[in-house]
Amino acid sequence: MNDHQSKISNRALTARLLLFAVGMFAFGFLVLPPLYDVFCDITGFGGRTNATAVTATERPDETRTIRIEFVTTVNEYAPWSFAADVDSMQVHPGKMYFATFSATNRSDQSLTSQAVPSVSPVSANEHFKKIECFCFTSQEFAANETRTLPLQFIVDPDLPEYVDTITLSYTLFKTENSYVSRTR
Amino acid sequence: MTTAVADAHEHHGPEKGIKRWLFTTNHKDIGTMYLIFSLIMFFAGGAMALVIRSELMTPGLQFVHPEFFNQMTTMHALIMVFGAVMPAFVGLANWMIPMMIGAPDMALPRMNNWSFWILPVAFGILLSTLLMPGGAPASGWTMYPPIVLQTGVAFPFLIFSILLMGLSSIMGAINIIVTILNMRAPDMWLLKMPMFVWTWLITAYLLIAVMPVFAGAVTMLLTDQFFGTSFFLAAGGGDPVMFQHIFWFFGHPEVYIMILPAFGVVSEIIPTFSRKPLFGHDSMVYAASSIAFLSFIVWAHHMFTVGMPLSGQMFFMFATMLIAVPTGVKVFNWIATMWRGAMTFETPMLFSLGFVFLFTIGGFSGVMLAIAPADIQYHDSYFVVAHFHYVLVPGSIFALMAGAYYWLPKWTGHMYNETAGKLHFWMSTIFVNLTFFPMHFLGLAGMPRRIPDYSTQFADFNWMASVGAIGFGLSQLIFVYVLLTSKKGEKATDRVWEAPRGLEWTVPSPAPYHTFDTPPVKRVSEEAFE
Repeated sequence: MNDHQSKISNRALTARLLLFAVGMFAFGFLVLPPLYDVFCDITGFGGRTNATAVTATERPDETRTIRIEFVTTVNEYAPWSFAADVDSMQVHPGKMYFATFSATNRSDQSLTSQAVPSVSPVSANEHFKKIECFCFTSQEFAANETRTLPLQFIVDPDLPEYVDTITLSYTLFKTENSYVSRTR
Repeated sequence: MTTAVADAHEHHGPEKGIKRWLFTTNHKDIGTMYLIFSLIMFFAGGAMALVIRSELMTPGLQFVHPEFFNQMTTMHALIMVFGAVMPAFVGLANWMIPMMIGAPDMALPRMNNWSFWILPVAFGILLSTLLMPGGAPASGWTMYPPIVLQTGVAFPFLIFSILLMGLSSIMGAINIIVTILNMRAPDMWLLKMPMFVWTWLITAYLLIAVMPVFAGAVTMLLTDQFFGTSFFLAAGGGDPVMFQHIFWFFGHPEVYIMILPAFGVVSEIIPTFSRKPLFGHDSMVYAASSIAFLSFIVWAHHMFTVGMPLSGQMFFMFATMLIAVPTGVKVFNWIATMWRGAMTFETPMLFSLGFVFLFTIGGFSGVMLAIAPADIQYHDSYFVVAHFHYVLVPGSIFALMAGAYYWLPKWTGHMYNETAGKLHFWMSTIFVNLTFFPMHFLGLAGMPRRIPDYSTQFADFNWMASVGAIGFGLSQLIFVYVLLTSKKGEKATDRVWEAPRGLEWTVPSPAPYHTFDTPPVKRVSEEAFE
């Protein structure tokens, strides 16, 4: 009709817009998930703490006492009982501490569990350092087996002044099978 | 060259029978199909809303099982968002944009046919899940994992129907952009375009930017369920919160996809019935563009309660509040347009005025929800339900009704029944407020959303809301009556109203099957625009 007006043809414009749409799909499907991962690792967003062991040197700060609270949850499709052996601990920053958790496989078959940790408040994430944790790997359980699961941690003395309580939460999942079979 | 041949070429009418509708590439036919489809979906979604409100009329479980109640809330939202509001605006765009810019048709007519006919398929699939073992999806329209992964056999059907809806929207949006950018009449440069065309251009860009991201999110749900990935499964190292981020990266622009064309419609109507040009046309364009830009950086205000650093909460809170500025520009421009205008109150104007007033209430409750510390109290309560229904029902739906009444004489060639139209407006306005205003109080008092039963302290307001909902639903039958009798009124003139602006009023009423086979000359467009 008024070709003198259009700088690019309908076909070329359509192709560009389609490419843009495909690009946005790729952005959503391929770029965002790894980007979110990196973002969470850097910021500690989403309650993340270190997923592999770190080494830390002790430099105790006896003047400060932080309360560590443990919360345990079992995913509804995981046939375990799971609890912290102590509900909470009073700790000094810069000092190494041990805590233990107990889990029992309540099914008659051997199963593998995976515990997923989360730390609150967010500003404590990067300062709560796990030296050794049962959550770093999945755990094999024989039928009806009860296991003690160890945790070794240190709270960084650089923890912001206003934080006096840190909550560490674990959710225990069953690892094998897809979600479909877990829900049936 | 005989006249007969020229006539056969120039004025060939539509095909006869069902083939006309199946194979049509005519923007008016496709627009009509979109509008009728969305009206059917509006009543389907409305029937589900009435199931919800009947159950909630009194405390306790009366009519439906809680599982079915959840299916109703989910399906009601999916159908209203993707089946009623969005296709209705695409229908208006199909009908009006070519006529407003002086183009003979949409730029990609065959794709236009395709993007419509995907929709009945998509919603056929979605509605069929109601009959499946395990029932329809019941996770809420937001489809958060892990709960959505507990959907029964309906799950893959849900995902595929959403992918199809997305495909349809993306194709429709591309078509609209190409039409607007390439097919305008000579001398209609961009800033001279009518507001409805402008808002749709911006909306179409939003659509192709976010619908594919949404498609990516639901595809990840699909692979998590069936192909062993762990995008959102904590046990496999994924994070369910990531879904919320991706969903709302789509979801927030989506709410502007549903409201920007509504802004366009009322920006056409208010000047006509105020007999003044739109106040601040260019500032309206910049305001709409600013809203579109801001919509990309506010998504996390939907998820203040997931546990976010303080700095994140502050950013999303202030960015969200910033949206009130361009929105305020629009509202004040509409008021300034009416200021000292020679106003009359025909049905389209009544619906537009209702829109401006009631949408603003929804906007204010939105600012309240934007306040992060307050939102932790309001989150997932009936206050949220009240807020988004105020912006969607007396917002988008009222604008759609206003547009339908405004352009109906141009489509049918006859004036509609004005008495019935006014009755439709007043009944709708009274009942929509009776339905949704008490929900503010319910939410502030602590009633959570998406529950089939509630504490007896909430009984009175719920009863009011249910009475309002039934009244609102019945009032919409008046609109059906208006449509059924729309060809019985007196003949409409070409201009229909006293002082409308725009090229669509320069063609005869009813608009012939083909309009603007030759682009309008400058003189015509000047008359129409200045």
